[in-house]
Amino acid sequence: MRLTIKGARIIDPASGRDAKGDLHIADGRISEAFAKADRTIDAKGLVAAPGFIDIAARLREPGLEYKATLASEMQAAIAGGVTSLACPPDTDPPLDEPGLVDMLRRRAKALEHARVYPIGALTVKLEGERLTEMAQLAETGCVAFSQANAPIADTQVLWRALQYAATFGFPVWLRAEDTWLAKGGVAHDGEIATRLGLQGIPSFAETIALMTLLELARATRARLHVCRLSTAGAVEMMRAAKREGLPVTCDVGIHHLHLCDNDLGYFDSNCRLEPPLRSQRDRDALSAGLQDGTIDCVCSDHTPVDDDGKHVPFAEAEPGATGLELLLPLTLKWGEARKLPLVKSLAKITSDAARVLGVGSGKLAVGAPADVVLFDPAASVRISAETLKSQGKNTPFLGYELAGRVRTTIVAGNVVYGQMSEA
Amino acid sequence: MQRNPQLNDAGELQHLLSIEGLPREVLTQILDTAESFAGVTEREVKKVPLLRGKSVFNLFFEPSTRTRTTFEIAAKRLSADVINLNIAVSSQTKGESLLDTVANLSAMQADIFVVRHSSSGAPFLIARHVKPHEHVINAGDGRHAHPTQGLLDLFTIRHYKKDFSRLTVAIVGDVLHSRVARSLIHGLTTLGAPEVRVIGPQTLLPAGVEALGVKVFHDMREGLRDCDVVVMLRLQNERMKGALLPSAQEFNKHYGLTSEKLALARKDAIVMHPGPMNRGVEIDSSVADGPHSVILPQVTFGIAVRMAVMSMVAGN
Repeated sequence: MRLTIKGARIIDPASGRDAKGDLHIADGRISEAFAKADRTIDAKGLVAAPGFIDIAARLREPGLEYKATLASEMQAAIAGGVTSLACPPDTDPPLDEPGLVDMLRRRAKALEHARVYPIGALTVKLEGERLTEMAQLAETGCVAFSQANAPIADTQVLWRALQYAATFGFPVWLRAEDTWLAKGGVAHDGEIATRLGLQGIPSFAETIALMTLLELARATRARLHVCRLSTAGAVEMMRAAKREGLPVTCDVGIHHLHLCDNDLGYFDSNCRLEPPLRSQRDRDALSAGLQDGTIDCVCSDHTPVDDDGKHVPFAEAEPGATGLELLLPLTLKWGEARKLPLVKSLAKITSDAARVLGVGSGKLAVGAPADVVLFDPAASVRISAETLKSQGKNTPFLGYELAGRVRTTIVAGNVVYGQMSEA
Repeated sequence: MQRNPQLNDAGELQHLLSIEGLPREVLTQILDTAESFAGVTEREVKKVPLLRGKSVFNLFFEPSTRTRTTFEIAAKRLSADVINLNIAVSSQTKGESLLDTVANLSAMQADIFVVRHSSSGAPFLIARHVKPHEHVINAGDGRHAHPTQGLLDLFTIRHYKKDFSRLTVAIVGDVLHSRVARSLIHGLTTLGAPEVRVIGPQTLLPAGVEALGVKVFHDMREGLRDCDVVVMLRLQNERMKGALLPSAQEFNKHYGLTSEKLALARKDAIVMHPGPMNRGVEIDSSVADGPHSVILPQVTFGIAVRMAVMSMVAGN
């Protein structure tokens, strides 16, 4: 099967390319130009970019199918131009056994949509006590190990887990949050939480835990990836750690680039997120940190929550927001606010995310997997319960018109989403 | 910023959810209306027909005696039908959601919901889901707000001090967990009180409390100096468990109101407390029962204030 995408603005952040041209795909890979294509797609006016890589998207299977199903969320992924995604282990049961991981991968593969990279549980049942069989989990396809939002309160367990993972060279992805300091908190500990009468999580719950993680990474040489930074202090610490040459990476959730605690308004439970939305100063530091590379990439932190989980008082609401279909529009919005060229902002959801995840996609070089998205950067999408494919309809951006509409998504050379207008 | 959910398009009171965000005119109107009702409560026939035929549902998801009773009395004096629901021991324990409970009661033709809930913001959630002719009055939500208590505190202060423009008011004790303190602070700053102080140990003051427009004192003697109004907050026993305080005795020694400490305030200072009091913890009996105390009149004024709020929301 030979496919040619004609007349697109081809943006490949990995190489810095941004030029009009034709893109050729043969046998599921990006190819050199060829004369005769089996199919062509007219992509005039559209951007052709590597398919997006979302390093944190919850698919809710196994176990939480009432919130979302693999089918619904995989549909949301390709509708959002996401061709590779990493799913955190906080399913029910958690991804702590090879059989579960194997089943998830087979079910995801059968859908023939996006590529799914499971993140295995670092401890059994995510309880923070006993190590999982990491080597066996890796054999079934886990690309890293994580606790999702579950804590490891016992720092000796944390130390051992990092040592063990480092032995095999497995990456460990962890949130930086001190269990005790965050206990009971639902919002950033500051003026807004004080006004709303919500229990706060202080910023130092993150920086203290991050200091612990960085020290342990230094001691164990584990490949540490810090998930979902939320504070200016943490950004500064990551900057220093990287300057020192520590092999650490980190990400930020897409909501935290745009929103802050002020957006809680009158107890908007769609803004109940983990970590909590923090101050404007923190948001600005995250945004700047992503631009200068201190923060490696951005993810949707996609968490479908049903209405029952949100139509309750703020503190009782289940944390999380739907995000797969907002990843592109919100990344573009961030890039525009920082006056970045498209090739720079798209890097955060393509080449940079691929580097963190350790996969060969996320680029349009000849020979790379033909995961491609065609999108119209000017056309807007209205975020509503009707338009969202995800079963999770809850997002702080409900009702927004955001620029960046995905037209076609291609995985391994196959069009999996959108119409093809034959040229 | 979203529109203030407690005002209608004309800027009138549709619900009472929080004192924060209410314009000065609305606050003054409530206090003036309460003033006119204060007479009613002293008449022999203590009823006016303003809410005849209307149903007031007292929805208490958290136990309360005083607030629920004064709401009930206030509603009855306005000739409304009152239905008391002690939800803490009924449907919620059967797993019914908050909004389902409200929808069911709404189907029984409610006009006013008086809501107390342990979770901050719960009345806002209810207000977003009720029908346009239904009104929600917050009777205390988590740590967030207790607007009718705040209003009755303001009413009491105005009654004894006439004018807010030269007052120094101290609020003492567990501000962190206090919805009463938050509501009163917003009310006082809106009505132009020039100095509002909060006094307490760091563990009982919320982060960034200065942003509410108050001055922070950790030394009670310093904080009480030249105050016109001293508001003592209730200290819950469970605060000792959370490592917030070592003991009630030590709290009493540093932050309990004694006659000796009260002498640092102005000679004509009034002492208030939202109740129920812990005598010997945050307040000594000599003060609670002494000449400066206006704690019992507060309770009486509470009825007039709640009559004012109910009649105003139902009229809008």
